[in-house]
Amino acid sequence: MKDDLLLQIFLRFAGISLLAVGGATAALPEAQRQIVGELHWLTGAEFAETFAIAQTSPGPNVIVFSLFGWRLAGLGGLLAATLGILGPSSLLAFAAARTMRRAGEAVWLARLKKALIPLAIGLMAANGYLLARGADSGFVATLITVAAAAFVALSPRSPLWAMLAAAILAVVASRSGFLAS
Amino acid sequence: MTRRELFLGFFKLGALAFGGTGPISRAIIVEDRRWLDDAEFASLLGLCQALPGANTCNLAVMLGDRFCGATGAAVALAGLLAAPLAFLVAVASLFTTFSTLPDVRAALYGATAAAAGLAIGTALKMTAKIPFDPWVVLLAAAAFVGSALLRLPLPLILAVLVPTSFVFASRR
Repeated sequence: MKDDLLLQIFLRFAGISLLAVGGATAALPEAQRQIVGELHWLTGAEFAETFAIAQTSPGPNVIVFSLFGWRLAGLGGLLAATLGILGPSSLLAFAAARTMRRAGEAVWLARLKKALIPLAIGLMAANGYLLARGADSGFVATLITVAAAAFVALSPRSPLWAMLAAAILAVVASRSGFLAS
Repeated sequence: MTRRELFLGFFKLGALAFGGTGPISRAIIVEDRRWLDDAEFASLLGLCQALPGANTCNLAVMLGDRFCGATGAAVALAGLLAAPLAFLVAVASLFTTFSTLPDVRAALYGATAAAAGLAIGTALKMTAKIPFDPWVVLLAAAAFVGSALLRLPLPLILAVLVPTSFVFASRR
């Protein structure tokens, strides 16, 4: 049963590996559609919490998928998820670098890179919207989401400051009885 | 270049890259380790960005392979992920242990709401950074509507929008 879950995690994540255009975050809306919507492995709130915890860590954004695996099946799940999400894209990168070593900066490559930017932007925004909707936890949360979005868009400071401020604000709000949770 | 040097270089990159790997990967690969010059780095990063998957992970695979072959690629990737994954497991375990405390619940509630805003803010920032173009806004909006509002499968969205976007990128 457990091995079966690990295999399923690996196959699901391997299936979305090549959909991550312009960065790992682009595959998150699809991951949420499958993990929360189709498979019911996590609730929308758990999915959003896991994303938030992953933001506190250094390193590439793709490790959020590793944390989904950890949450679903411990250390084995973490390994299955990491190998799944990175396997196909790494093999493609490996093959592409070997075959295109002498192609350099081809024109079509620059165009493809440019073409993926709007899609990466739209999918990043979709990810934020779906996380907020998935957590669906009321007025205070919406206010924090809007304020954090404004902070990240307008300030050059690290987004971690917004998360820290929001965490402190929520503790204060909870202690003063503003959060009914 | 040895596999050990590859591992240590990418370990440093992973461990220091708080809030995104972009700027620090150039600092380490070009300035600190002198593995590539600026032009080589830009060209390789361009290829990574055009391919699907995490850009920095693709970079680790390509550089590892270039210097030490297939095992080098695996070693570089493992070095990049070692510190972040250890950090992540430690933080997640702490949250699991203390998740019954009301203050911890509240802090995670706030941080989660902020993290959703972080994604939206990053999308806005990315839009502001590139020259304004109505097609970029339209294509981004189409990806958003298809994914967030219509909840269409991503393969379908990409099958329609990647070729469309490529045509417009070629016309400009």
